[in-house]
Amino acid sequence: MPLTKEALLNMYRRMLTIRHFEEGITEFSRQGLVPGTGHVSIGEEAVAVGSCSALGDKDYIISTHRAHGHLLARGADINVILAEVLGKATGCTGGKGGSMHLSDFSRQILGTNGIVGAGINIAGGVGLAIKMRQTGQICLGFFGDGAANRGTFHEGLNMAAVLQVPTVFVCTNNQYGLSMPQCKACGNIDISARANGYGMPGYRVDGTDVIAVYEAVKSAMDRARDGEGPSLIEAVSYRLRGHSMRMDQMPGGSDYRPNGEVEDWAENKDPIKIFRSKLKELGYINEKEAEQLDAECRQLFESAADFALNSPEPEPETAFTWIYAPEGVK
Amino acid sequence: MPERQISYREAVAEAIKEEIARDDRVFLMGEDVGVLGGAFGSTKGVYDAFGGERVLDTPISETAIVGYALGAAMAGMRPIAEIMRVDWMTICMDEIVNQTAKMRFLSGGHPDVALVIRAAAEGGIGLGGQHSQSFEAWFVHIPGLKVVMPSTPYDVKGLLKSAVRDPNPVIFLEPGVLYGVSGPVPEEEYVIPLGKAEVKREGKDITIVAWGTLLPKTLNAAQTLANEGIEAEVVDPRTLRPLDIDTIIDSVKKTGRLIIAHEAMKTGGVGAEIAALVQERAFDHLDAPIKRVATPDVIIPVNRSLERLVLPQEDTVVEAVKSICS
Repeated sequence: MPLTKEALLNMYRRMLTIRHFEEGITEFSRQGLVPGTGHVSIGEEAVAVGSCSALGDKDYIISTHRAHGHLLARGADINVILAEVLGKATGCTGGKGGSMHLSDFSRQILGTNGIVGAGINIAGGVGLAIKMRQTGQICLGFFGDGAANRGTFHEGLNMAAVLQVPTVFVCTNNQYGLSMPQCKACGNIDISARANGYGMPGYRVDGTDVIAVYEAVKSAMDRARDGEGPSLIEAVSYRLRGHSMRMDQMPGGSDYRPNGEVEDWAENKDPIKIFRSKLKELGYINEKEAEQLDAECRQLFESAADFALNSPEPEPETAFTWIYAPEGVK
Repeated sequence: MPERQISYREAVAEAIKEEIARDDRVFLMGEDVGVLGGAFGSTKGVYDAFGGERVLDTPISETAIVGYALGAAMAGMRPIAEIMRVDWMTICMDEIVNQTAKMRFLSGGHPDVALVIRAAAEGGIGLGGQHSQSFEAWFVHIPGLKVVMPSTPYDVKGLLKSAVRDPNPVIFLEPGVLYGVSGPVPEEEYVIPLGKAEVKREGKDITIVAWGTLLPKTLNAAQTLANEGIEAEVVDPRTLRPLDIDTIIDSVKKTGRLIIAHEAMKTGGVGAEIAALVQERAFDHLDAPIKRVATPDVIIPVNRSLERLVLPQEDTVVEAVKSICS
């Protein structure tokens, strides 16, 4: 079934929300308001939104250190996520996890991860639980091209195929593992081709095309839900910013890409620009409406900023909680 | 009727079977745990009782075994994951230390991080440098984990059942050389709470805290010492994190002397932690320096004589006691 106008506009709105959120926190980071760092996904919004739009309400996601987009695409509360990035008591981890450790159990977002490639096995395990409990859900496990070179990718994908778990592995190939270009990090840049070696289908899609991502993930999910096991999807996109906000602020922290590469992607392959043109072609939006939507999404960030900046710091005693289950819990 | 005697490995398998039968969230996964019944026979009969739905033979993929168990726990299951030997937990340390131990904290207190990671530990049977180690101290160092190391068939059954029911991740270490040792285990169901030490032998002259393979060796040593007029009190912590330090302190206050005996390497071993805690809390009760009996900082050799030389034995304990009980 093709996506409705309403669904497409909603996807566009989510992509804009992610963009404004990440531009906003980049500015907050420059102002020293973000403890530690954070990894923005500017340029990769189509992967987050295309994938998450294919999910049902009860499906799970497991994500990475570059996860704001996944959380917002899945409908997590922007106030709570921003508060967490700023280390505030009202954040989803009470200000104790920060940008790399986000979750929203009401949206089935079981967590993001500071260790590259660690979520792959966890996503497989969530799939195993689904299979054992026969709940008909699926789990979507995000990771990146860097993680695809970790041993966990090999162990996790093979195990998924062996156990036939309903997990869809989505690799956002943003073409860089920190400073390392993917073409230098992989003997074969086609990560999706590895799926065959594990006995599962692999698809390589244009990660700047939100509809293409949606369709690939949807078909992999339908397959998983029908009991036909896991799939690997590689969505080729581009990280328009540096590895992390902090690194972008370091002198020379982004001097590893060929001249003009970032500018070319920003000009010609920005997923938001591409999608806006598509929506205009379809007659679903005009320039004025696009500007209005843009302003609305910027406002979402502004109001989240009001909430987060005015939120309290965590109480000192919270440093000692959540390490073990409270006494008496079974 | 005399009490039933079963082996340590049979007690492990029995605990797993009872817990799988009791709770449909519990399942077992690991290398060779199913059809074979475990590389050391410690899951024998579990597959026959429950089949492949609840007992998963996995590929040789330690990171996936623990990572999958963690993911399954986060989605509501209560996995028992086996890593065949503690030596190979080094392969999946990220999954144990950075993921499992921290998942509750990093997920805003998410309640379902209940899983048990079992492994055989310690040496003594000539398996060499990568199959003979005792890494309990590595895990005791990590907030978020519980660490259990039972030394008798009775204890292993009761503690494993508690570990499965615990809402926290539990590292459960089974001294491989003890798998064949039999002891009394009642037919009736029972559990032993985590975090409770047991005085295995009472005495007034010296406290010896011992676990793992060193517990039976220490009990033998205590008998030898008794014949020579020294009454040693032997305390088995059973759980190393959380450690029942109160029971140890109470014993030291009574005896005034303390030896900690474990098979793990001396440097940075749990014995050092116990010694530090006791001097912090009971310094005035000590009549002699605290001593440790442990494996010196070597790599465990295969040769029988060499292995016996480096691993602490019954007479190592006896000599240590005599050195501070004059």
